[in-house]
Amino acid sequence: MELTLAIAIGVLTGSGVWLVLRPRTYQLVIGLSLLSYAVNLFIFSMGRLRVGAAPVLESGGAGNPADYADPIPQALVLTAIVIGFATTALLLVVLLVARGLTRNDHVDGREPN
Amino acid sequence: MEWTRHLLIVPILLPLITGAALLLIDELRHTLKALLSLASTVLLLVTAIVLMRLADGVPGGSAALSSSYAVANWPAPFAIVLVLDRLSALMLTLTAVLALASLVFSTARWDRAGPHFHTLLQFLLMGLGGAFLTGDLFNLFVFFEVTLAASYGLLLHGSGAFRVRAGLHYIAINLAASLLFLIGVSLIYGTAGTLNMADLAVRLPNVPAEDQALLRAGVAILGTAFLVKAGLWPLCFWLPSAYMAAAAPVAAIFVVLTKVGTYVLLRLTLLLFGPETGDIAGFGGMVLLWGGMGTIAFATFGLLASQAMGRLAGYSVLISSGTLLAAVGIGDASVVSGALFYLVSSTLSVAALFMLIELVERAREPAADLLAVTMEAYGDESDKGEEHEDEEVGVAMPGALAILGISFGCAALLLAGLPPLSGFIAKFAMLTGMLNPDGLGAPAAIPGRIWLLVALVILSGLAALVAMMRSGIRIFWAPLEVIIPRVLVVEVAPIVALLALCMVLAVQGGAVLSYTDAAAQALHAPSSYIQSVLGAGHPPGVSR
Repeated sequence: MELTLAIAIGVLTGSGVWLVLRPRTYQLVIGLSLLSYAVNLFIFSMGRLRVGAAPVLESGGAGNPADYADPIPQALVLTAIVIGFATTALLLVVLLVARGLTRNDHVDGREPN
Repeated sequence: MEWTRHLLIVPILLPLITGAALLLIDELRHTLKALLSLASTVLLLVTAIVLMRLADGVPGGSAALSSSYAVANWPAPFAIVLVLDRLSALMLTLTAVLALASLVFSTARWDRAGPHFHTLLQFLLMGLGGAFLTGDLFNLFVFFEVTLAASYGLLLHGSGAFRVRAGLHYIAINLAASLLFLIGVSLIYGTAGTLNMADLAVRLPNVPAEDQALLRAGVAILGTAFLVKAGLWPLCFWLPSAYMAAAAPVAAIFVVLTKVGTYVLLRLTLLLFGPETGDIAGFGGMVLLWGGMGTIAFATFGLLASQAMGRLAGYSVLISSGTLLAAVGIGDASVVSGALFYLVSSTLSVAALFMLIELVERAREPAADLLAVTMEAYGDESDKGEEHEDEEVGVAMPGALAILGISFGCAALLLAGLPPLSGFIAKFAMLTGMLNPDGLGAPAAIPGRIWLLVALVILSGLAALVAMMRSGIRIFWAPLEVIIPRVLVVEVAPIVALLALCMVLAVQGGAVLSYTDAAAQALHAPSSYIQSVLGAGHPPGVSR
C-alpha cells in the first residue's frame, strides 16, 4: 500500500509540476489542482497508513492510541481541501477575466513572437 | 488581567465581524461602509497599542514578556493558542497604522473603484492579525490563506488588463507556495508529532536521529514557502510587477504582506533553531544571509534601472526584505533589534511612497507617464487608461506641489537612510550590531560576509538616493509647464502622517530601540515564550 500511495503522489506531483510550467492558463490551473491532490495525499500519509483503524477513540476509557489512526492529518487534509478548492475557484475566475481582457490564454497575456 | 486576556482575540474577531457586516450593506451606501470600516480600523489600532503596552509589561511594571490565549479553551499543546509577545504586538500595531493610512487614502476615490473594497481590506487585516498572533503552524497556514485570498481580491481591485495579468502571476505563485507550506507543515508533523510552535521547540531536540533529515527537509520546504512571500531572490520576480499594478492604497497595505514572511522566519528560526538547541542551531541562517544579500544586490540594480515610479517603490520593498532577511540570517540580538526598527521605518516609508506616487503622477502629463510605462519590458500595452478615466478629484489643495515635493524628499531620505530621519537610525543600529557582535568596545573579528553585507546595505541606500533624486528632478524641477495636481486633503494627510510617524521614530529613537531590544532579547530566550504557552495552565473561565 505504501508503494501504491507513493507512486500515486509521485505521478500526481510530476504531472502537476510539468503542467504548471506550461504556458497556457488552463494547463496552469489543472497543474495546480493535481499538485494540490498530491499534497493532500501527502499530508494524509504523514499520519502513517493504517487499514481498518478508527480515527476516534471509543467512549469510556482512554484505549491504546496505537490501535487508532491519527485523526489530526485527516482534519488538516479537510482544511487544506477546502482552502485549496476556494483559491483554485478564485484563480479560475481570474483566468476567465484574463482571457476576456487579453483575448488569448497565454499566462503572460500575449503570445511570444 | 482577567479581561485583558480576551483582548488577544480582538484583532481577529473585530475585522472578521466588520468585514462580514460590510458585506450586507449595499454598495451604494459607501459613506456608511467607509465610516464603519474606519471605526473598526481605529478600534483595531487602539487594541494593538493596548496589546503592545501589555506585552511590554507596563501595567504591573513586571517583566510580562508574553501571554497566551487558548482559543477553544483546551490546554495548550492540543489545540490552537494565540500568543502575544513584543514582536507580535509591534507587527499588529504597524499593520493597524498602515491599514488606517491606506483606508483614509482610499476614501478619496479608490474604495468606489470596485465592489467590496472595505470588506476585503478587513479580511486582510483579520488574516494578518491572526498570522501575527497564532502559536500553531497549521493555524498560521489558515491565516496566511485568509490574508492571501483577500489580497488577491485587493490586487485586482480597480480591474484593467495590467492588474489582471499581474494578479494572475501573483495568485499562481502564491498557490504554489501554499502547497510548499503544506508539504513542510505535514513533514514537520510527521516527524515531530506536533504543530504547536512552542511544543515543537521542546520536542525538536528529541526527534530520533533517523528522522532528523526528514525534519530538516520539512523545515527547509516550509522556509521556502515563507521566502517566496518575503520576496527573497531568486523567488521575488513576481513582486515588483504585482506591487506596481496594485492600486495605491492597496500597494501601501501590501508592503506589510512581505513582512509577514519575514516575521514568521524570524520567529521560527529563533524559536526552533536558537543558540541553545544543539547541533541544529542556526539552521538555514547562511541561506538567509546570502539570499538576503542577493536580494539587496538584485533590488539595487532593479532600482537603478526602473523607469516607472511604481516599479521603483516595488524594488524598495525588495531592498527592505533583503536587508531584513540577511539580518535574520545573522541572528544576533543586537542586529535583530536594529532590524526590527528598520522593519517599522522602512514599511512606513515605502507605504507612504506608494501613496505619494499616485498623487505625483497626477502632476505629470499622462503622455509622459505612458512613455515611462512603455519603456518597461513588461507592460508594453496601453494599460494606463483605466487609472485616468475617473479623475473625479475634488478641490485642488493650495500648495499641493510643495507638500508633495517635501514628502517626496522625506521619503527619499528615509529610503536612502540619511539623517535626520528614522531610516538613518535604523541602518545605524543594524550596522552597529553587525560590526560589534560582542557589544561596543569589545573588538572582534568580523567575517568577510558581514563586511559584504555592510557594503551592500550602504550601497543600496546610495542607489535609492540616486533613483529617487532622478525621479524627483524629472517630476518637480524639469517640466517646463507645471501641472498643479488636484489632490484632496484626505489623500495628503495619510502620507504626511506616515512620514511624521517616521520623524517621531527618529526623535523617540531611544524609546523605540529599547522596545525592539527587549523584543530581540525575548526572541533569543525562547524559554519564556515556551513557558507562557505550555505552562499557562487553565485559561480563565475554567474553574478547576
